[in-house]
Amino acid sequence: MIGSATPAEAAAAEVSAPRARGPWTGRAAMLATYAVAAIVLFGAAPAMLTDFRLRMLAQFLCVAMVAVGIGLAWGSGGMLTLGQGLFFGLGAYIMAMHLQLSSAGPSGRPAFMVTGSDLPWWWELFRSPATALLGIVAVPGLLALLLGLSVFRRRVKGAYFAILSQASAAAFALLLISQQNTIGGSNGLSSFRQFFGFALNDPVNRRMLYFIAAGVLIAMVAVVHQLRRSRYGELLTAVRDGEERARFLGYDTAMVKVVAYVVAAVFAAIGGALFVPIVGIISPQNVGVVPSIGFLVGVAVGGRATLFGPVLGSLAVSYAGSTLSEQIESGWVYVQGFLFILVVAFLPGGLGSIAAVVRSRRRRPAADELPRGVPEPDAPDPEPTPADVRSGGA
Amino acid sequence: MTALRRPVTVTFALAALLAASACGAKVDENGDSTADVESCIDTSGDSVKIGLLNSMSGTMSISEQTVRRSLELAAAEINADGGVLGKRLELVTEDGASEPTVFAEKATKLLQSDCVAAVFGGWTSSSRKAMLPVFEDNDGLLFYPVQYEGLEASENIFYTGATTNQQIIPALDYLRTELGAQSLYLVGSDYVFPRTANAIITAYAEEYDIEIVGEDYEPLGSVEGIPTIVNRVQSSGADAVFNTLNGDSNVSFFSQYSNVGLTAETMPVLSVSIAEEEVPGIGVERLVGQYTAWNYYQTVQSPENEAFVAAFQEAYGSDAVTSDPMEAAYTSLYLWRNMVEAAGSFEVDDVQEAAGGISFAAPEGPVTVNGDNHHIAKTALIGRVNPEGLIDTVWSSAGPIEPDPCLEGYAWAASLERDETYC
Repeated sequence: MIGSATPAEAAAAEVSAPRARGPWTGRAAMLATYAVAAIVLFGAAPAMLTDFRLRMLAQFLCVAMVAVGIGLAWGSGGMLTLGQGLFFGLGAYIMAMHLQLSSAGPSGRPAFMVTGSDLPWWWELFRSPATALLGIVAVPGLLALLLGLSVFRRRVKGAYFAILSQASAAAFALLLISQQNTIGGSNGLSSFRQFFGFALNDPVNRRMLYFIAAGVLIAMVAVVHQLRRSRYGELLTAVRDGEERARFLGYDTAMVKVVAYVVAAVFAAIGGALFVPIVGIISPQNVGVVPSIGFLVGVAVGGRATLFGPVLGSLAVSYAGSTLSEQIESGWVYVQGFLFILVVAFLPGGLGSIAAVVRSRRRRPAADELPRGVPEPDAPDPEPTPADVRSGGA
Repeated sequence: MTALRRPVTVTFALAALLAASACGAKVDENGDSTADVESCIDTSGDSVKIGLLNSMSGTMSISEQTVRRSLELAAAEINADGGVLGKRLELVTEDGASEPTVFAEKATKLLQSDCVAAVFGGWTSSSRKAMLPVFEDNDGLLFYPVQYEGLEASENIFYTGATTNQQIIPALDYLRTELGAQSLYLVGSDYVFPRTANAIITAYAEEYDIEIVGEDYEPLGSVEGIPTIVNRVQSSGADAVFNTLNGDSNVSFFSQYSNVGLTAETMPVLSVSIAEEEVPGIGVERLVGQYTAWNYYQTVQSPENEAFVAAFQEAYGSDAVTSDPMEAAYTSLYLWRNMVEAAGSFEVDDVQEAAGGISFAAPEGPVTVNGDNHHIAKTALIGRVNPEGLIDTVWSSAGPIEPDPCLEGYAWAASLERDETYC
């Protein structure tokens, strides 16, 4: 699924690099998209949504942060990161430990520790706000660096890498469940009263959290944008499409992949860290295999190789999941699975590539007759406006 | 490039400005904040909304669906009986999806968007822990129907299942006085309920000179360690086993238990998480004669229970069984009705104030709400699994036991750690 370039994928890859032609149209459209995103997130949404819906949106934005990272690692770098729950969880648990310590009563003990036993030493590391914030970035970043180096240096890739990353998330969840006395076990950590001194039950502060999440998400998209258009971004895509050739040309392809993997991990960790004060609980159920796949679904649906596809796809899937489950209880699980299969089977570039696919069908009705897996000899020219921008209103 | 960077910079400046201007109350020295919430319960029409929040998907759905059914049954009965304060109950149902974060999300939605008068549901301790801050911050009411590890007493939660002194301690009394157990082996799933229960059991054992010959935990949902545990149980020669395993682990435990030749006669097992619902899944033949500790069994002899079981089987089929959490959920809705009618109001503050002393002739027997800790006084029942897969009562406490979630009335429990927020 990852290596085969279907006509749809080829078209999607083509539109993801709009710089080649009509640079000004592309740039203007890009600017317009940022402006629309800022207006929607900072103006329209807080003005129109109730406190509850805004809280939900803030939660979705945190999940979308993970999606932005996956978009870079999987979409641009071809690494199917099926275990982002690991990094999401690390960021979340570090934030949760800090919030729990700062919310604890006079005894200074976290609320879950009712059965005796002393506070493990590593809790103390995150008591100060500075070390907690540093830890949220540094711990998952370093772990991703070590994992990435050991995996990519050994040239583990494709399905093997995917299984490995998924196993790491599963192992992490099991580890957390077994640590009842040190990290809350299957109950996880909850009952946070304050966020760096701000009361969490105050609606005004909850809005502040939303604005922070929105700002961070836009920053992440901007970072990925810059990475994609830099020389590094081209190299990453080159490694995705022909790792052997890139290595043959003298590039350290493992390092190229490690960088994207670390960025994705740090984004997931920051998403996790903001998720905690917004939702009010983190438990092993949020970091295991199922949520890790959940992070991926939005990226696949939105279009992994596009800049805005992962964000929009993730937001759309989260929103649909939340509202649909209010209408039909327990029905959403089936819809989500079906949607994922549908997109992977018929629209590998995601919904972000739908325009390009439709166009290529119209121009070359014979495209269907081409054998699958063989790139079209002359891929159709996409319109100058990138498809990912057009999906901005979704 | 500069053209691109500028709007991005502007966006960040805007974000920083908004975030800074959006700062609200700081936490004062006591850890309390000054934020207020206003209830939005709508009582203007001829109906009033209540929320049912149970897992209809995920691993807990098999248990929580039965709770949902008994809540729906109670609501239908109350509506047929003229509603609450003359208003029909309108059910807003949500799926907790066996995930604590979803419970927190849906609880917020029920309180803020649907403005329900009360919410009924939750099963796992993690789901309750996730919902607790939501109900406290939004000043809502949650009725939680499952026995749990105690050491908690939120003003915004009514606990209609047993706390430890209504289940664990009577079970220990039974093992000590009726079965004459001098040594116990503790087997449990690795999460907060078994850990807390076993801490209580250990303190009790010290007081009464009972030897704890072993204590083993199996991760939730896992079965790999069970054969080893059963071998250790067998070689320990304990007088009885206190079992706090939950879910699938029980299937493996009891199948191994009978495979190595242990029976209820050679080494009885007292379980606190196996009810009528679970018996067929584990296998009746493996459980016959083993003990359970609850506050309700389908076989309870009373007119109230006969009516409850008959109504439940009429609605959901003649082979449907009723169990303790289902009965506690059914009872919780009636208790809320009685509280509202006593208060003459749906407002949370009024209901909380009227709650103390409210009683109901429940299928399990008479129950009364304790106004201080929001738990209910209920009778402890020790049961034995019979060949039909139902559970017969073999011992019951002298009457309803007053709830003591913090175990303040037991001198031997003084050494246990407590959460100072509630205890």
